[in-house]
Amino acid sequence: MLNFVLQNISNKNQQNTSMKKIMLIATISVSALLTACGGDTEKTTDTKGEAPKSMVSDPQTYDPKRGEGKWTAESLALKEQLDETWIASGESISGVKCTSCHKMTDEKLVGPGWKGVTQRRTPEWIMNFITNPDPMIDKDPEAQAMLELCLVRMPNQSLSDTEARNILEYMRKLDSTK
Amino acid sequence: MKIKITTLAITGLVLISCLESCKPKNTSNAVSGDAGAKAYVAPGKHDEYYNFVSGGFSGQMSVYGLPSGRLLRVIPVFAVDPEKGWGYSEETKAMLNTSHGFVPWDDLHHTQLSKTEGEIDGRWVFGNGNNTPRVARIDLSTFRTSEIIELPNSAGNHSSPFITENTEYVVAGTRFSVPSDNANGDVAINTYKQNFKGYLSFISVDKKDGKMDIAFQIECPGVNFDLSRAGKLKSHGWFFFSCYNTEQANTLLEVNASQRDKDFIMAVNWKKAEEYIKAGKGKKMPTKYAHNTYSDVTHSATSEIKTEVLVLDSKELADICYMIPCPKSPHGCDVDPTGEYIVGSGKLAAIIPVFSFDKIQSAIAAKSYDGDYQGIPVIKYEAALYGEVKKPGLGPLHTEFDGKGNAYTSFFVSSEVVKWNIKDLTVVDRAPTFYSVGHLCIPGGDTRTPSAKYLIAYNKITKDRYLPTGPELAQSAQLYDISGDKMQLILDFPTIGEPHYAQAAPAAIIEKGQIKIFKIADNKHPYVAKGEGESKVVREGKVVHVYMTSIRSHFAPDNIEGIKLGDEVYFHVTNLEQDWDVPHGFAIKSAINAELLIMPGETQTLKWIPDRVGIVPIYCTDFCSALHQEMQGYVRVSPANSSVPLSFSVGKNSSEVPASK
Repeated sequence: MLNFVLQNISNKNQQNTSMKKIMLIATISVSALLTACGGDTEKTTDTKGEAPKSMVSDPQTYDPKRGEGKWTAESLALKEQLDETWIASGESISGVKCTSCHKMTDEKLVGPGWKGVTQRRTPEWIMNFITNPDPMIDKDPEAQAMLELCLVRMPNQSLSDTEARNILEYMRKLDSTK
Repeated sequence: MKIKITTLAITGLVLISCLESCKPKNTSNAVSGDAGAKAYVAPGKHDEYYNFVSGGFSGQMSVYGLPSGRLLRVIPVFAVDPEKGWGYSEETKAMLNTSHGFVPWDDLHHTQLSKTEGEIDGRWVFGNGNNTPRVARIDLSTFRTSEIIELPNSAGNHSSPFITENTEYVVAGTRFSVPSDNANGDVAINTYKQNFKGYLSFISVDKKDGKMDIAFQIECPGVNFDLSRAGKLKSHGWFFFSCYNTEQANTLLEVNASQRDKDFIMAVNWKKAEEYIKAGKGKKMPTKYAHNTYSDVTHSATSEIKTEVLVLDSKELADICYMIPCPKSPHGCDVDPTGEYIVGSGKLAAIIPVFSFDKIQSAIAAKSYDGDYQGIPVIKYEAALYGEVKKPGLGPLHTEFDGKGNAYTSFFVSSEVVKWNIKDLTVVDRAPTFYSVGHLCIPGGDTRTPSAKYLIAYNKITKDRYLPTGPELAQSAQLYDISGDKMQLILDFPTIGEPHYAQAAPAAIIEKGQIKIFKIADNKHPYVAKGEGESKVVREGKVVHVYMTSIRSHFAPDNIEGIKLGDEVYFHVTNLEQDWDVPHGFAIKSAINAELLIMPGETQTLKWIPDRVGIVPIYCTDFCSALHQEMQGYVRVSPANSSVPLSFSVGKNSSEVPASK
């Protein structure tokens, strides 16, 4: 049981070295252990401080093509034709919230370059990742692989659904032109 | 290494927790008298109450969780706070402006949570500046000071910031009487009786946005106003102020202000005062006071100097104010949850007088007066008195209520809290404090329905209670469980500054309104950079504006050249983060200034005047990510006559092509 805790902490350490985060994990680990001891189960599964969990939280059912969040291929219902208004809005929002860390080329800055992203990932994965980054970084193999390269967790930039959708349109536009 | 130590500590903690929770339940851990368990809030768990504690001579307000006594935040109010850039950033300097200029400090004595229908509504908390007379309003959605208003015709603002049942008014009574602002103040001090006046200020609070304004002042005879409380329910519309030095002494008050057997509690009919204001009886008096407001949209404060105040004269308008004799230099003046009983606490008294609102009304109707005090009718003591608590203790100061018919009074001289029954005026219980207790707090203790689970005593002296720390020792609070018949001491916790009055509210009322980020789209700061694309450096003569952005984990620009000696440089840093709990800090090596602490979506400005030629590092001070230590940059300072052109960049090393467009 002790091993479980240490391992849990050291695993997480690879992802977050911030002290704040370690303390949070410690709390969660303590809670987990208390639960294991048959203590007060009702109150020890508190996850305050963690990002909100989405409806899909069982790792068994995790779909790495879709990611975790509210978006599905059906709910997105992408059209072939790109929307110019959305593209313009997506470009301006990404100027405020994204381009500090992402270039439009395939070159990595803080995070990976955007070129080709719509070919590498499904649209619903992109939508879920940019609106729900923390749970996905904790779970998604691709997101975790990127974290090992970049070492900075992608911040949650509080994108609204519309903002996220416009950014996706802008990414599609970038990938459609040479 | 640090991480390893933490891991070990956590392992230890985990083992202990495990042993505890794995132990079979027995009678020993079911003992209800376990003080430790009562004040224990497990790691990761939240407290039940927020406790807003005055910081005394620190000038700030502190926020503790109850019952754990954990310090959650120190809110900078009247004093500069380099940690948060308060009073150092260009945006916040105006908050500390007064008619005397920038005042970097004050003495905050009392806190008051805003109320609606006599209950805490969780919108704002007010604090008083005792030194330079001021009242501050703190927004509980951001836990920051939003507004500070200075008080004219006042000298020391002690009986403040007490509020009415719907936060119609925050009051402020002057502690020192002085000649009024527009009178010739160059008079002999021993002309106190002729020339000195006491002013009460009624500050209106806008129901929507909380904006404060001095609605009117009441000019009273020169005395020391000490504490005050608003009436509630049946006594709503009245305010009660304790006053001492009715001898009007101007020297050695320790002796000379304690001559009379009785001073007064002054009852003020503020509804009547409102009528007189409506009828045009107020006189506009020229004066000068500052009114400072902070905007969460421009992320900046503005300070306005106002030049006029509306004044009512207590002598000319005889039915606003009434004096009620109260034994031996009254200090606390507290109104019970029903609004019927007004408890006076004479600092030197050996009894506690309890006055009846109904009897006061009958006495006024029947004119049962004992003459007047400088034109203000004095109600006969017996005509206003409900009864006296006999031999409660020595040196009563302040009283809070539990809503179950009991009052709790602090006794400074005998260092104890005494619980007594209001109806039959008998002592029910007493508990020692360690030591020399001042104010008391019961969550919602001044509302119609107190939440009588805990009582907190705020002590002036701690002597042997904590590890010694040189000549000055921690001041402290003590938490009592008052849910049973007997008070039970369950926790000591040290406080910042000197704690005076404090208030507490259930966490649920305040938690729900929290702002987690400022939306970058709504940022209207004149020097905002919404995205790295807008970051730039602009020279206007000798003034240089740096429009800088910060995000995990770099600044843009992070290389700046062409700054010269003699320049005045303003770093306007916009935090592009839009996630909770991700402020960035900003500091410049050896700047004669503090740091900035910039919340997500906010812009803050640090002024810097370079004093020597060379390379100056800049960096983030608030640990933001794994690459926080990489969040840094350089500024090159050249001589005044240098021809180095102004340039700026991010991601551009000498041998590379520019990394950003």
